[in-house]
Amino acid sequence: MVNKNLKRFYAILVFIFLYAPIIVLIIYSFNDSKLRGSWNGFTLKWYYELFKNKEALRALYYTLIIALSSSIISTVLGTFAAIGIHGMRGLNKKVILNLNYLPVLNPDIVTAVALMALFRLAHINFGLFSLLLAHITFSVPYVILSILPKLKQMNVYLAEAAMDLGATPFYSLRKIIIPQILPGIITGALLAFTLSIDDFVISFFTTGHGISNLSIYIYSMARKGINPIINALSTLMFIFMIVLLLIINYRSEKTEKLIEERR
Amino acid sequence: MKFKNIGYPYFLWLGIFILIPLLLVAYFAFTTGDSQNFQTFSFSIENFKRFFTPIYLNVLYKSVNLALISTVICLLIGYPLAYIISKEKPRIRNIMILLVVIPMWMNFLLRTYAWLTLLGKNGILSKALSYIGFNNVQLLYNDTTVLLGMVYNFLPFMILPIFSVLIKMDNRLLEAARDLGANKRMVFTRVVLPLSIPGVITGITMVFIPAVSTFVISSLLGGNKSTLIGNLIEQQFRYTNDWHFGSAMSIILMVFILISIALSSKFDKDKEGKGGGLW
Repeated sequence: MVNKNLKRFYAILVFIFLYAPIIVLIIYSFNDSKLRGSWNGFTLKWYYELFKNKEALRALYYTLIIALSSSIISTVLGTFAAIGIHGMRGLNKKVILNLNYLPVLNPDIVTAVALMALFRLAHINFGLFSLLLAHITFSVPYVILSILPKLKQMNVYLAEAAMDLGATPFYSLRKIIIPQILPGIITGALLAFTLSIDDFVISFFTTGHGISNLSIYIYSMARKGINPIINALSTLMFIFMIVLLLIINYRSEKTEKLIEERR
Repeated sequence: MKFKNIGYPYFLWLGIFILIPLLLVAYFAFTTGDSQNFQTFSFSIENFKRFFTPIYLNVLYKSVNLALISTVICLLIGYPLAYIISKEKPRIRNIMILLVVIPMWMNFLLRTYAWLTLLGKNGILSKALSYIGFNNVQLLYNDTTVLLGMVYNFLPFMILPIFSVLIKMDNRLLEAARDLGANKRMVFTRVVLPLSIPGVITGITMVFIPAVSTFVISSLLGGNKSTLIGNLIEQQFRYTNDWHFGSAMSIILMVFILISIALSSKFDKDKEGKGGGLW
């Protein structure tokens, strides 16, 4: 059918638009020339230089430290908060939910300058610690939003039955509630991790002298112009993201299958 | 439920790191004085007066204008694609939607940076243009490039919510419409399109908000010529150190966005946003 081919053609065009810049970037990370216009042959030298570049490595180190610690803390905080919110009713619940939505809806730059003002007023040094606080703040809402639907699906009476049968609240939380909402918790944790790795705007305003994550590093390099080292870095980050995404995709397919089987 | 109390640590966190900072911004916005010395503050609406002068209003106008245009372009490109994908067989559909999602997960600075490689002085596109006789065309650093950057960065955020509404649509409704004599076009305009509005609205907010408040895209692709409201706020906080004026602009931006969200949710009859969400 002509119509069908036309539709496919349109889809391919849009995908070319989405992927051409990324692919060009990846190809040029193997180009043995600093000038991007010409292809001077295959090389891995930009990758070598990347791994010799102390600044880039330090940025990678900070990115991972912040992403790991902020995602762990915000997952714990968010899980408890979601369970607490789920048990609330009325106006209180509405207020908390709307407050929780604020960082999601607000432009990043507003959240960023607001946190910057707080840290300055509270005399918190701008650095790794303020960065961590900021990342937790913008991650928790997403963790909560990915756990709340799972809590809605959960059978409310199971936890109550467990407590009637003598389980302490903490025991029933650990043995009944957490296992049931685990998929939501894991999704939330992965989301928090990737949000943290990806963040630029909020980090840019809340970090201190000498502490930069990969995004800030890329920004400061990109402002100076093109640098093949960033191409190499982009390629590695791109591959890392794809692997992470495939894992998440595989996981969600697996849980879907599990749910199907249980039915 | 007996677990109400375990949420309190985070509720405290909400108060300290979300509510108080925003109140602080509001406080800064309505005061003047030395930003670094809280003793010197005094109440004033000077910052807002300063903003409502032609120079700054023009910047706001330009930001909103560029964001609106890029939202419309994203909608025009994204809706047909979301529709096409939703009609594909499951296998192809899953691959295509993964292809939409991958760029969303890629660091958006890298996505913006990628265009520098394409459009830069020695980039592929200017080389290609010079082959057909256009020498030294400056592709970078103008408003069109900024627009391109916005569309490129935010297009997936338009496609995905529309797709997730379309895919959940009850096929029986379409069959019923056809049984009742609607032709293809009528099925689309009278059934599919109205039912997909929640997804469209989610898409519009997800493109418009980051687009209107960006400062990265304009500073990387627009150079010094392209100043948006995001750039102004960044300058006040990072360089000029006039936090009062910066806060006033943040408040204006925030109010502007909250109003547009409220307006768009008016169109969205389905308040719970069935399938409008991203995750």
